[in-house]
This record gives sequence, structure tokens and C-alpha cells, in this order.
Amino acid sequence: MTEIQMTVNGKAVRGTVEGRTLLVNFLREDLRLTGTHVGCDTSQCGACTVHVNGVSVKACTMLAADADGADVRTIEGMAAADGTLSALQQAFQDHHGLQCGFCTPGMVMTAAALLKENPKPTEAEVRHYLEGNICRCTGYHNIVKAILAASGQDVSAIAAE
Amino acid sequence: MPKDSGIGASSKRREDVRFLTGAGNYTDDINVHGQAYVHFLRSDVAHGRIVSIDTSDAAAMPGVVRIFTGDDFAGVGGLPCGWQVTDRFGQPMQEPAHPVLAQGKVRHVGDPIAAVVADSPEQARDAAEAIAVEIEELPAVVDMKAALSADAPKVHDDLTSNLCYDWGFVEENKDAVAAAFEKAAHVTTLELVNQRLVANPMEPRVAVGDYSRATDESTLYTTSQNPHVIRLLMGAFVLGIPEHKLRVVAPDVGGGFGTKIFHYAEEAFCTFAARQLARAVKWTSSRSEAFMSDAHGRDHVTKIELALDADNNFTALRTETYANMGAYLSTFAPSVPTWLHGTLMAGNYKTPLIYVNVKAVFTNTVPVDAYRGAGRPEATYQLERVIDKAARELGVDPIALRRQNFITQFPYATPVAVEYDTGDYHATMDKLEEIADLAGFEARLAESKARGKLRGLGVNCYIEACGIAPSNLVGQLGARAGLYESATVRVNATGSISVMTGSHSHGQGHETAFPQVVADMLGIDESMVEIVHGDTARTPMGMGTYGSRSLAVGGSAMVKATNKIIAKAKKIAAHLLEASEADIELKDGQFSVAGTDKSVAWGDVTLAAYVPHNYPLEDMEPGLEETAFYDPSNFTYPSGAYACEVEVDPDTGRVTVERFAAADDFGNIVNPMIVSGQVHGGLAQGIGQALLEGAAYDENGQLLTGSYMDYAMPRASDLPFYTVDHSCSTPCTHNPLGVKGCGEAGAIGSPPAVVNAVVDALRRQGHDITHIDMPLSPSRVWAAMQGE
Ligand code: FES
Ligand code: FES
Repeated sequence: MTEIQMTVNGKAVRGTVEGRTLLVNFLREDLRLTGTHVGCDTSQCGACTVHVNGVSVKACTMLAADADGADVRTIEGMAAADGTLSALQQAFQDHHGLQCGFCTPGMVMTAAALLKENPKPTEAEVRHYLEGNICRCTGYHNIVKAILAASGQDVSAIAAE
Repeated sequence: MPKDSGIGASSKRREDVRFLTGAGNYTDDINVHGQAYVHFLRSDVAHGRIVSIDTSDAAAMPGVVRIFTGDDFAGVGGLPCGWQVTDRFGQPMQEPAHPVLAQGKVRHVGDPIAAVVADSPEQARDAAEAIAVEIEELPAVVDMKAALSADAPKVHDDLTSNLCYDWGFVEENKDAVAAAFEKAAHVTTLELVNQRLVANPMEPRVAVGDYSRATDESTLYTTSQNPHVIRLLMGAFVLGIPEHKLRVVAPDVGGGFGTKIFHYAEEAFCTFAARQLARAVKWTSSRSEAFMSDAHGRDHVTKIELALDADNNFTALRTETYANMGAYLSTFAPSVPTWLHGTLMAGNYKTPLIYVNVKAVFTNTVPVDAYRGAGRPEATYQLERVIDKAARELGVDPIALRRQNFITQFPYATPVAVEYDTGDYHATMDKLEEIADLAGFEARLAESKARGKLRGLGVNCYIEACGIAPSNLVGQLGARAGLYESATVRVNATGSISVMTGSHSHGQGHETAFPQVVADMLGIDESMVEIVHGDTARTPMGMGTYGSRSLAVGGSAMVKATNKIIAKAKKIAAHLLEASEADIELKDGQFSVAGTDKSVAWGDVTLAAYVPHNYPLEDMEPGLEETAFYDPSNFTYPSGAYACEVEVDPDTGRVTVERFAAADDFGNIVNPMIVSGQVHGGLAQGIGQALLEGAAYDENGQLLTGSYMDYAMPRASDLPFYTVDHSCSTPCTHNPLGVKGCGEAGAIGSPPAVVNAVVDALRRQGHDITHIDMPLSPSRVWAAMQGE
């Protein structure tokens, strides 16, 4: 068992984990931050995506012990303290970029990382960047549209309904 | 003008806020104090006799609470099948036992042999690895036709063969159909495979069983589309727990697509073990387990023949299908290749004579059951592919051939036992031609050609039967359940409303769309209406969500209950206004006396119902709460026309979908934004089937596609923006909302459009190709181009 500490969504946290404990399990089970989801066991689906030191990471591929001392952000830390959704989250709601919501935390975290790197991505760039995030519900149409809209681009020409 | 609230408005989804902030409450987010964890030891061979199971080492490992094997379930029922098909000789299908944990034999890779309950998931997994199981491996049957040969190994020793049933529909028409083929001017024949798929909702299945010694009550939290169905099946048939001692909760569920309809062994296990141990037991499926334990979909092999007269009118249709049941009968498996498939073989066309033969076969594979569309995609695919082939053989335009044979008079009784109430297939085809810009295809073809790419256009129609289903009819067809839906509308004293519905939302947005209906009927704000679903302790007995039934059946129950509320509220208003009930009008949340300026507000009436000081107590009970059950009188029949344009890379065989347009007739629409989203998702699954997905077994019954490394899920870069339209509307005539259902259309209508488009692209290049089986992977397309 190892003692670890890290900052999660701006709050200092500590815990005791086994060497094999994954970051996603530490977040979900120890910290009860259940917004980060597990959709696969081959690091393919992206439902577990979080930010570690500002970089998007699949939390199912990282050991909790390796995040010792890191600054971690999860979906629970994306809205303002008063609950106001971020522009990206709001775009997902406005453009119906989610259905069952299971892939959504990972999609939002990945999209946030994309927009940080590339503030005005093209449609092809968005689709390419989402390579590691699977959604079974939306057919991606409204996810791509929401991300383009969140980047400030006009999406009115994309078939609305 | 788009509306901004009520029926027809694209109200934003209220459930989104919790999902977007990580506050959703999925089953794996639920932990019960003191819970233990179960890990299932699953068979790694497809077929074998269990010689011995030695759990002694495992039982001594740290944290192990108890290890269960098939013997522990000797006195417990097996998993029941909810539909009995009668074969073409009048005999019931063969129905094997389906134990919770394997007894005597394992019959597919993934069949659970033992279950280890331990204090932590890791301890349970570690101990499972220490169980010593000796299995005498038996030859496996994987291929359906081989499974039916006389010397094939039997999946179930106590059955006479691997044939579940041989179904003929309509059996009495068989000879007339044969005679029509004799007389035909032209016959087109096509053999095709509708490959096995894995539904793959992104949330894997989870079950948490809990037990209260204080009340002798069991609670199961589970990833289900229909908690009451699970309560009934598990309580009555498997564990013998009466409903009042069994609560099933399906909280936020991360997608279902059919595979979360069924009652699974893991649910029964967790409930059973929690009672035995007086301790909660939790199971969380890994994705690898999901691939070998979630019911799969499709897996049909079909020969279809279409007869035409000299004027290209369809005169008869005949099919022969082999349908894979897998190793056991999943909950609704027998209904999928029969009543959800054969009844749709008329499609949008007035073919007078149809005969469908289906042989359902047991194999050593994961059970197969309903997956988005369930039987209807298989029907549509065959029909729309054979029509396309016929058009090419006859040298006529495929759209014109379809139009010529469209049903145009409604209601229309098909020769396959269903009656379409409404539809306008020319209108949806007209709309498709417009939104897909078919007139511009030639220019796009030239542009692709200039870039060295082959372009093709595929068009098709579809019809489906939704709003499942009239209970007395499905009872005659073998269903062992009713298919009504329920709603309780509970008006609270201050006027807010809780609607308890038997429908279940696992992505469809009921929490937003259902209040639109109730609020619209009452003229109050949507935010005053809250939907309660997914908990047998809080909702009336309901059948859940599948078959695009929620609004058509569940919504109708809600309308009925709301009408009862309105009737009672008007009586109260009449009393308060000292007017005659017949003169009371309800508009914008105000009850008024016709022709006067006297009125009372919604909130005054609801308060009077619960604080009945000025109230006709001698005539009426206080309170304002009504329940309704709605049993549909017919199916609903959404229909549409789809167009796909693909590019094929001649060097690699890689297919890309360049454009996809869908013109649907869903009848009336409550929330257009949600409807479009449903179509988008269906299209992605249908395009995924056409180009990418397929579950594969080797000849020994090993699942070759057991993870996302080898099962190709559609990704964002595999798909285009879609153009969808649902402005063509012929409202359903037999439900109060005039709605038809939209959840499955995209997955039903899109595979033939894609395949038709690829065949078109290759033929334009001079390749003499009539068919390629799905998925149209680069290697298959390339091989077809090489004439292989
Ligand atoms: S759970 Fe991490 S990628 Fe799927
Ligand atoms: S919204 Fe359900 S998986 Fe993406």
C-alpha cells in the first residue's frame, strides 16, 4: 500500500492505494467522483478521460500511484463553482451532444483538451481528435457540432434536425 | 415557427445537466454499505462436459466470502424465455433449460461456471483464478447449417436436435407463392448474411443485489431497460420471490439498444447470493465479459427470391432464413426472426403473396436476441437489397421500381398479418430526393472521379412495426407477457406534478419529452412536471422501453391518465366557480367558465383537491392522482426513404460515407431535436453494421472479436454529418398523440443504403458485382473488385 496525495479539481486529497490501483478506481471508489466512467478494459473508449497536469489522460491506463503529486481535473471540476456550465458543456446541451450520458464526461474532457490545443478546429480535426472516444448513442453528429459551436464557429449550416 | 415549449418544441434536455457535470447516477455508481463483490469464472471452451470443480484452494484465499457453483442453484429455476414460437407443423419450439450457473455442461465461451464472492473485486478475481475446473472438451457447433446435419454434436443433450423451430409464415400461402413463382416473368434471387453484431452500449452491465433481513425484502439495482419485466421474470420464474418482497431499480442507464431488455444470470445471481449471505453483492461487467455475456444481435443467413410480372410488378416473395439462437434462448430471442421479421416482409410494397421460412438453430455461441430494430433490419436489408438487384437485372431505375410497387391506399392489410394504418411513401421519397440532392449526384460523381475515387449512390425504403404491442395479439403469437404501458399522474397540492411511468429512459430523453406532453395538455410550464421512472417501488407495473414504444404506448398511458386528471380538475373548478362542469374550459393553466370572465388558476384547483374545505366531498374523493394503463390496438408503422453516397478507393477497397440523408415519417413529433438525435444514433449503428462491425467465431467456437481491439466500433472519423428530415407526417390513427416511434428507424433503414451504394459504385466502374456481404471492409471490397 502506498500513500499518495494529489490535487483534484482544485482540492488537496490523499489516500492509500495498492500498487495496482488505477487512477480511475481511485477517483471513483476512494474519492467517490463517479463522473469518470469505465467503458472498456483495453483503453479504447475514452469514457475515463481526465486531465492530469493539464493533459488529457485515460484514467484507466494510469496507476493512481503515478498520479502522486499531480494536478488532476475531472468532469466534476468543469462547471463553475456556482454550477454554471462551461461554454463547452453548455454547447453539448444546446446541440444535444449527449443521449445516455455515459461517454459524455470523457467526450467533454477530450474536447476541452482539443480546444486548448487548437481553438478553432475544422470538422475533420474534431473527428480525428475524438479517435479515442467512442459514443454509441449520438452517431457523433451533435458532438462534433457542439465542439465546433463551443469553439465559436457558426454551425447553423450543419443540418440542425 | 418552431414552438418554444410543449408538444413540437425542441426543449433542451433537463437530464443533460447531471450528465455533463458527472452527477449521473449509474448502477456502478451505487454502492451498498458492506457490499461484497462477485467475479464469475467463465468457460473458455465453447462446448464441454464439466468433470470436476475444485474450489478448496480458492475458498481459502484472502477475502473470499463464498464460492457458488451450479449445484447451489439446483433448487432454483432457470432463466425463462418470454416467447414461445409454434413451428409450421403446429408444435412448440424446443426450449432448453438455461441455468444461472452451468450445470453439467458449458455451452459457449463465457458460460458462467462458478461465482466467487469476496470482500473486494480484486480478491474475487484472484480467487477465481485459483479454482480448478476440469472440462472434457466436446466438439463445438458454430455454423448453423452444419448444426442441423444429422451427425452434428448437440448443444443440448435432452433436445432432439439443434433445431429450435422451423417456422413458416404464412404457411397456408406456401403453395400459392410457389405457383406465383412458376408464372413469374422474372425472378431475382439473392443470398446474403446479416452478420452477428454486439450491441455495445457504452455502459457495461452492472448488478447490485441487496437484502434486508428486517423486511425480508430483496432489492436489485441493475442496468435494465425494463425493471418490472426483470422483477416478474426473476421473482416468479427464477428465485420464487413475490413482487412485494422484490424491488428492481434501473437508475441512469448508459444505453441499451435491446441488449439490456433481457433477464441475465448475473442479476439472478446477485439477488440470490445477497439473500444467502445477508450481504449486498455487486457485479460490474468488464467490456471483455460483455462481449461474451451480453446477448448478441442479428446473425441471419438468408436466401430471398422476388417474383415480378412482365410489367415489373412484384407478384410474390419467398425467403428462407437460418437464425442463430446461440447456446440458450435469451428472453425474447424466438420472437425476433419470426414475428418481428416475417411480418415486415411486405415492406412498403404491395406484393400480394409472401412466404417466409425461418429455421432457428442452437449453436455453441453467445445467445442472440433483439438488437436495435430486432428482426426489422434483417427484413429490410433482404428486401431492399433484392429489389436493387432486380432493378439492375431488369435495367430499370431502382427508385422507379420501388415507386411503381409502393402501397398507396391506407389502411393496408399486408399478406403477412399486419395492417398499416397510415403512410405516404411517395411523399417520403420525394422529400428524400430533395434533401439528398439526388439531382446533383452526377456532378459529385464527376468530382469524385477527378480525384480517382469511385462514387456510388444507394437508395432504399423501410417500414417498421413499432409501438409494441397489442397484448391479446402478441399473446396469440406466443408472447408470455402483456405489452401495455402504465402511467400515474400525481398532481401535488401546489400544482407541481410527478408522472410515474413504466417506460424507461436510457438515453431517449423521456425526462424532457414526457413533461412536454403533460404540460401542453394542462397549459402549465414544463418545469412543473417531473418524470419518475426506473424503480418498481415508485412506478406502476410497466413493460419498459424497446421496440420504439415509449411515446406511442407509454406516452398514450400518460395522456389517458392526464385526461382523467383534467376531468376531475374540471369538476373541482366547476364547484369553485359555482358553474356547470360542462361550461368549464381549461386553457393556459386557467379554468374558466365559457363566455364569462370567471376563472380559477390550476394551483387553486390542485390546492382545493388536497385542502378540501370548499369541495364537493359528498360527490368526489379529495386528491388529484390518476393511473392509466394503455394497451395499443395495433402496431405503429414508421417509414421512410434513405440515401447514401459512398466513395470507394479503387486501390484499397476502403469505403467512406460521403453523404447520408434520411427522410422519415414518424407521425407527430413531440421534440424534434431528440427525434433527430435518435435517427443520428441509429444511422451510425446501421452504417457501423454495413462497413465495420461483426462478431466472429472460429470453428471451435472461440470468439475472435472479444474487445474493442478487434470489434470495430464506429468512431467519429468513420461518419459524416447526416441530413435528416421528419417533416413528412402521416399521424398514427390509433394512439392519442398520433406518434409512431423513432428509436430504431436509423438502424433499420441504413444498412441497405450503404451496401446498395457500394455495389453501385463498383458497377459504375464496370465490375460485375451484385452483392458483397457486410461488413464491407476494405479487404472484402478489394477482393470483390478483383473478382474473388
Ligand atoms: S475505460 Fe479507459 S479507455 Fe475505456
Ligand atoms: S451518449 Fe450514450 S454513449 Fe455517448
